[in-house]
Formats: sequence, structure tokens, C-alpha cells
Amino acid sequence: MEPFPEIPMLGYDVVVIGGGPAGMAAAARAKELGLSVLLLDENDYLGGILPQCIHSGFGIHYFKEELTGPEFAARLAKRLVELGVEYRTAARVLEIRNYSDLEKVVIFTSPSGVYQVWAKAVIYAAGARERHAFEIGIVGDRVSGIYTAGEAQTLMDIYGVLPGKEVVIVGSGDVGLIMARRFALEGAKVKAVIELMPYPGGLARNVMILKDFNIPLYLSHKVVEVRGKGRVQRVKVVKVDENINEVPGSELWIEADTLVISAGLVPAVKKLKKIGVEIDPATGGPVVNDRLETTVPGIFVAGNSLVINDLVDYVAEQGELAAEGTKEFIDNGGIESRKWIKVEKGSNVRLVVPHYLSGERDVYLYLRVARPMEDVELRIPEIGKRLKLPVVKPAEMIRLKLKAEEIQKANKKLTVEVVKA
Amino acid sequence: MTTYRFICIVCPLSCAIEVEVKDGKVLEVKGHTCPRGKEWAVQEVTNPRRVVMSVVPVEGGALPTVSVKTAEPVPKEKIPELMKFLAGIKVKAPVKIGDVVAEWEGIKIVATRGA
Ligand SMILES: Cc1cc2nc3c(=O)[nH]c(=O)nc-3n(C[C@H](O)[C@H](O)[C@H](O)COP(=O)(O)OP(=O)(O)OC[C@H]3O[C@@H](n4cnc5c(N)ncnc54)[C@H](O)[C@@H]3O)c2cc1C
Ligand code: SF4
Repeated sequence: MEPFPEIPMLGYDVVVIGGGPAGMAAAARAKELGLSVLLLDENDYLGGILPQCIHSGFGIHYFKEELTGPEFAARLAKRLVELGVEYRTAARVLEIRNYSDLEKVVIFTSPSGVYQVWAKAVIYAAGARERHAFEIGIVGDRVSGIYTAGEAQTLMDIYGVLPGKEVVIVGSGDVGLIMARRFALEGAKVKAVIELMPYPGGLARNVMILKDFNIPLYLSHKVVEVRGKGRVQRVKVVKVDENINEVPGSELWIEADTLVISAGLVPAVKKLKKIGVEIDPATGGPVVNDRLETTVPGIFVAGNSLVINDLVDYVAEQGELAAEGTKEFIDNGGIESRKWIKVEKGSNVRLVVPHYLSGERDVYLYLRVARPMEDVELRIPEIGKRLKLPVVKPAEMIRLKLKAEEIQKANKKLTVEVVKA
Repeated sequence: MTTYRFICIVCPLSCAIEVEVKDGKVLEVKGHTCPRGKEWAVQEVTNPRRVVMSVVPVEGGALPTVSVKTAEPVPKEKIPELMKFLAGIKVKAPVKIGDVVAEWEGIKIVATRGA
């Protein structure tokens, strides 16, 4: 079968889409397992978002060393080169076609033309997209000076351009906090960080940045409007109550020339939806089994396309896992399991992946709570699993190892819950 | 006497630490779970330091900047001065990750990206 006879055809066991940490780790592992692999990324360089994340905090688990984003990316890239993995940058994937379980075609454009790649399996590691101003309900003038955190970060830390001088940041997750520090270090005035929730969204060490630079944090507040002529001039902030409803009469205008939106990431899964991959509304990413295979056989997923991760270490781990799944899939012509045990969300669990476990192997569950709590126990009643945790926060992904024998104790499902100890 | 309260950032346990200081002397540290946290808390009130990351322009590289970090933590109050210094430097490609691209008051500025 030759879908587009006029386009040059390449053939591999597996195509990895996305050259971030998930994709690089996946491609390296697949190659180590003896598969022929092609890695594609639309950027001009490998690394995904890491080369622009110049702060440290990467790799404490995976490399047992604290690295900056570019350093972490360079280590993975070196491993790729040493293993002789084939990769192409400036290669943008347009479409994935699923002809049958072991027949996929990936179509990409590159400076040397359009290509189609025939592969037995695909590992999708295209990362996430950022939520933008309209998505979070900000109205007002169409002015310049509104950036997502990633755009501002790329301007500053790749191109060396300071996007503005008086900045309001929306969102107190790690990304927002790290951007607050970058702006402050570069001599811009960070007028405020605005957070919708009654607690900061980021890790404690990043919340400390605000104290370092005397940056005010407005909890239970939201930016609702932007005004300006040509460029942002002021933004309107209102207080919200515990149900996130605006408090009448609480308006406050902040003068600023720049608004940075750091309101979270959403897995970039449009291309997967097109081929019928089932999406979990809680993660925004695909529903997967314990090999990180989606509901379309032979399509695997890892990293921020699977679930938004706060630690790159888990991202790389997922990449390797997906590669191991791919190997099993190709060797056996599919991933079989006598029965799948469904993982369900109990009290205070907002999301959990993977969704289905075979009980044939040890797995890591990745989960996030819905709200912060202290002195809790993470429980899986069906198998009598209990784990004490001093604090849980929505910002911090919890990783829980389950042994195959433990999983087998469950009959049809496992319920993960976080309750007061 | 002044009491400083903060969250320990040395490990993910995030202990709430209190440090009591009088006339520049640390009287008591409470709330830490381990000696590393105590040591960090004392330094945090007496002489806070940070590793500083930034970018400097690079000529002839694949990207217009190269990211850098200080090889050791810098006293917090000296950071603006360091940033001024960094704003004044420019490097030439090729730069390898780990190269020392400049030195400031005896502190090495190390490239964290290649260029
Ligand atoms: C600002 C910021 C700070 C962070 N700080 C930390 C930290 O301190 N410590 C930590 O451990 N983690 C941190 N993280 C998290 C971590 O960096 C991410 O979870 C991780 O990089 C995600 O990796 P990924 O491979 O899934 O996606 P990405 O790194 O986003 O890579 C996806 C890649 O896919 C490519 N791609 C997408 N679509 C296509 C297509 N159609 N064709 C070809 N290529 C495509 C993109 O170009 C990109 O290169 C931070 C994240 C951000 C945003
Ligand atoms: S005091 Fe010790 S245990 Fe507590 S957060 Fe600090 S380093 Fe961790």
C-alpha cells in the first residue's frame, strides 16, 4: 500500500514524534532494544522546551544531579548521538495515519521536502500547549504585550530580548514563578503575580522567589480585562470567593506594559484525536495502559502529551517505558493481557495514569490531588495499600510504585484515594 | 529578637522552619527534620546565597544567546551587581557546555548550553 506515491517513503520500526526529553528518552531506549527508530522534531534543535528553561531543578532523580534545562537536554542528546539514533530537526509532523495495527504512516515536512514514513509503531511525545489569555476569560483591547510564559521565556532565554518592563504575571505555578524571577533579574518590575486559587500553585522553593524580589502575590484573584492603546497599559484584577465567583466592588487596576499568562499546559493531542485515540478529560491526554499504549493499538504516548508533568525525570522515565511497550508490541504483534484492571479515582484524586494495568509487571502510577491536604494517607483499598504522606499539593505529582503481585490482588479495578490519616 | 519563618527547600519534605535571631546571632532553630535543613536555614538568615542563571549574547552561534550559571552560589545582595556585569559581556562561538565564559569577583560563569 502506497498512500501518496509521489512522496518519498522511509521505513522504520518506530517513529518518535517530538524531540523533547520524552521523545529523546524514548528514541534512545528503542534503539537500545534493537529497534530501528526515527526521531522527528519541528524545532531547529533537539530538547523540546528544555533549552529555554535555563534555571536548575532538572534531573535530580534521572541523573542523580541537579542540572539546568539545557544541561539535561544535552545529556540526552549525547546519548542519542552515541547510540546512533537517526533524527531530523525542522521536521514538522502533519499527520499520523493508522492503516492497521502494524502499519502506520507519519507524514512530515522539512526543508528538503515532504516525507512519509512507514512504521510499525509510533511514540507520540509532542509535549503540551499553553493556555492563552482568551481561554482563561480575559477580555479587553487587542494590544501587543500579552505573552504566554513560554513565549516570554523563548524571547528572553533563546533570543535575548526582554519582552517588557512592567509586568503582571497570571498564575503562580512553577512556570509563572520562574518567569517572575527572570523578569526581576533582568531589571523589569514585576508588579504582581495573580493566582486564582487560595494557595500558590508552585513548589515551595519557587514560591520563595517572590520573597527574594519583594514581588506581591495576590491569592484568590484573577485578571479579567486588559486595556491599552497599541500596547498593554493596565490590567484589571478582581478578587474571587471560595467558589471562584468575582467579588463585586473588588476591582483593582494595575499599570503594566506586559501581561504574562502562565495558566497551565494542556497536552497537545489534536493529531491523536484525529485517529480516534480516546482522551481522558481529567488529564487532557490519552487513555493508556501500563505500556503507555493508547486506545489505538501501536500508538504510544509519553511526557506532557500523556499528562502534564512537573518533573522532567518522570517525563524521561515515561519515554523509556513507551519504548519498552513498543518493543513488546512489535515483537508480539500487539500487547495482550488476559484482563485489564481499571484504575479509578477516589477521594481527592484529580487524575491518575496509567488507566489500565495488566498485573503482569510492576508499574508507576502518576497522580495529582484536587486540593492541598496535610497528614494524609494514599490508599488503594482493594489491595490494602497504604502510604503516609506529610503533605500533598495539586502542584506536585505523586509517583507510586505498585508491584505486579500487589496489582494482581485486585479483581477488576483499583481505586486510588487520598484521605486523612 | 526577630523570628524568621520559612519553608525549607532543601528536600521535598518542605519542613516549616523557624529561626530566632538576636543581634545578628542565631538563638534557636525549630521545625527542621534533619541537619541539612538546619544548616540551610541558618545560612538563609545570616548570609543568603543563590546560584544565578542568565543568558549572554553569543556571536556566530546557532542561537543568539548562550545560557550561563554561576559555578557557586552568590550572596543575594550582590546579584544585581552580577546581572549588570553579565549584561556587559558578549561571547564568541564556539562555546561548549561547561566552558567558563567569564569570571566575576572570583566566581566562574559557566555555559549551560552549547553555541
Ligand atoms: C517553564 C518551565 C519550567 C519547568 N521547570 C522544571 C524544573 O525545574 N524541573 C523539572 O524537572 N521540570 C520542569 N519543567 C517540566 C519539564 O520541562 C517538562 O515536563 C518536560 O520538558 C516535558 O517534556 P516533553 O518531552 O513531554 O515535551 P516538550 O519538551 O514540550 O517537547 C515536545 C517536542 O515536540 C515537538 N513537536 C510538537 N509537535 C510536533 C510536530 N507536529 N512535529 C514535530 N515535532 C513536534 C516540539 O517542537 C517539542 O520539541 C518545566 C516546564 C516548564 C514549561
Ligand atoms: S529540614 Fe531536612 S527534612 Fe525538612 S525539608 Fe529541610 S532538608 Fe528536608
